[in-house]
Amino acid sequence: MKKYIKDLIVKEVEFPHELYVLLKLTDEEPLPATMPGQFVEVKVEGSPKTFLRRPISINYVDREKNELWLLIKKVGEGTHRLAELKVGDRLNLVFPLGNGFSPVQKAGERVLLVGGGVGVAPLLDYGKYLKDNGAEPVFLLGARSKTDLLELDLFGAIAPVHVTTEDGTEGEKGFVTQHSLLNKEHFDRISVCGPKPMMVSVARYAKKAGTPCEVSLENMMACGLGACLCCVEKTVKGNVCVCKEGPVFDINDLTWEI
Amino acid sequence: MKNPVMTASGTFGYGVEFADFVNLEDIGGIIVKGTTLHPREGNDYPRMVEMASGMLNCVGLQNKGVDYFCKNIYPDIKDIKTNMIVNVSGSSLEDYAECAARINELENIPAIELNISCPNVKQGGMAFGVTTEGASAVVKAVREVYDKTLIVKLSPNVTSIADIALAVQDAGADAVSLINTLMGMVIDIEKRKPVLSIATGGMSGPAVKPVAVRCVWQVAKAVSIPVVGLGGIMTASDAIEFFLAGASAIEIGTANFIDPAVTVKVAQGINEWLDQHGCASVSEIVGQLNA
Repeated sequence: MKKYIKDLIVKEVEFPHELYVLLKLTDEEPLPATMPGQFVEVKVEGSPKTFLRRPISINYVDREKNELWLLIKKVGEGTHRLAELKVGDRLNLVFPLGNGFSPVQKAGERVLLVGGGVGVAPLLDYGKYLKDNGAEPVFLLGARSKTDLLELDLFGAIAPVHVTTEDGTEGEKGFVTQHSLLNKEHFDRISVCGPKPMMVSVARYAKKAGTPCEVSLENMMACGLGACLCCVEKTVKGNVCVCKEGPVFDINDLTWEI
Repeated sequence: MKNPVMTASGTFGYGVEFADFVNLEDIGGIIVKGTTLHPREGNDYPRMVEMASGMLNCVGLQNKGVDYFCKNIYPDIKDIKTNMIVNVSGSSLEDYAECAARINELENIPAIELNISCPNVKQGGMAFGVTTEGASAVVKAVREVYDKTLIVKLSPNVTSIADIALAVQDAGADAVSLINTLMGMVIDIEKRKPVLSIATGGMSGPAVKPVAVRCVWQVAKAVSIPVVGLGGIMTASDAIEFFLAGASAIEIGTANFIDPAVTVKVAQGINEWLDQHGCASVSEIVGQLNA
């Protein structure tokens, strides 16, 4: 898949919550082809401490409006700077990067999409893709608290949404792996994106249940192109680059203790 | 060389990873990922930490070994019409020589860059590059089996880089390249632990450029063989500094992570600067500092 460096235009800036920013980017020409689960490397201007690009998941691609969305949690100086972008600003992206989530395996397959915190971001694009291509996605989204649940209305417009919060302010109280849905319904496979402890516990559940499962990793990276070998994850095939061979891995290819 | 801009080993993969962003044949030389006789898994994650104006890495020469390179990678890169150069590393004199001998047989690899300066491997690597005796021994061992252009990459983590450069020149090197990364360390104060998996790592990026320019200046005055300068080059004006300090070619490393098309931009910028200053070629400014 061809990769590009482009200065995209900031078309809309939304703040779902004070800790998060949603950037809707566009371009004069049609945006390049991307796959759900791929990411972009964003250049952060005006932040002397931010030297490297920042890898950010593609949240959603709206082909009709020619928009590419990035849902970003403000963590450090770089992401705070991104949250200061204004409509009309340019943002330099290297993209699309990585392998992305698995394509539809068979018509009508039931795919559970599990997201935690800002890790829900790529699942919106993936859920839409699955729905549009004959699969039946179901979302299971977890967060610390009600205010950390993002884009619930958008997820709900695609497929059924189940929610857990650690403080019980929305949905079932607890972690995603404790949700009653997992005891009631059968899924053909599971895709997960979120904090590593959450992904490990979902992977453990999937392994026990015998359900195929893939996870999207976010190791610290520099180049995003498989050149610097900094973002490696240990796999059954040795150390591989999360940016190139990933970010999405089958749990059976990882060496996690599950 | 069609221009004096090359890519630094370990920052540009095998070139093909960047083919969507630049015409690889517009780059003067591509120095591919460090290659060793035997496959190496490299160090554990985390291998990278960012800092203001730079980064540290401790990749540890992860590569699939020279046999894999010859069989599986060389066929994909041999027809790229520029200088495809292999960076060779090892942990013993025999390993270096054997690896270099294998590369010597590859028709379209006109040169190797001998890495005697990697700070991230326990044995060998930098150990050879920090004494004149060690540097001399490894260059002699490789020179015996390698008959094409031999560039030796030097470490800045030494007392006198000019002495090391003289030693490798006397041992038969055709050129020297410098600097490899500066050894550094970053600590996570909440965990009270080093951030990198092996505690220390090699620092690169614009933060190291003045150190690199100083090293090039010292080495260029000492040796008669060509000097290739690298260390924190992000722009054409950075490159010009290295030429003035005495480098006749440069390598771009960490900047490739920020802008995958930086190499051709720097090459173009160098030409513009030369035009603006009435110079016909880089050779006119190499070492031309006003006293």
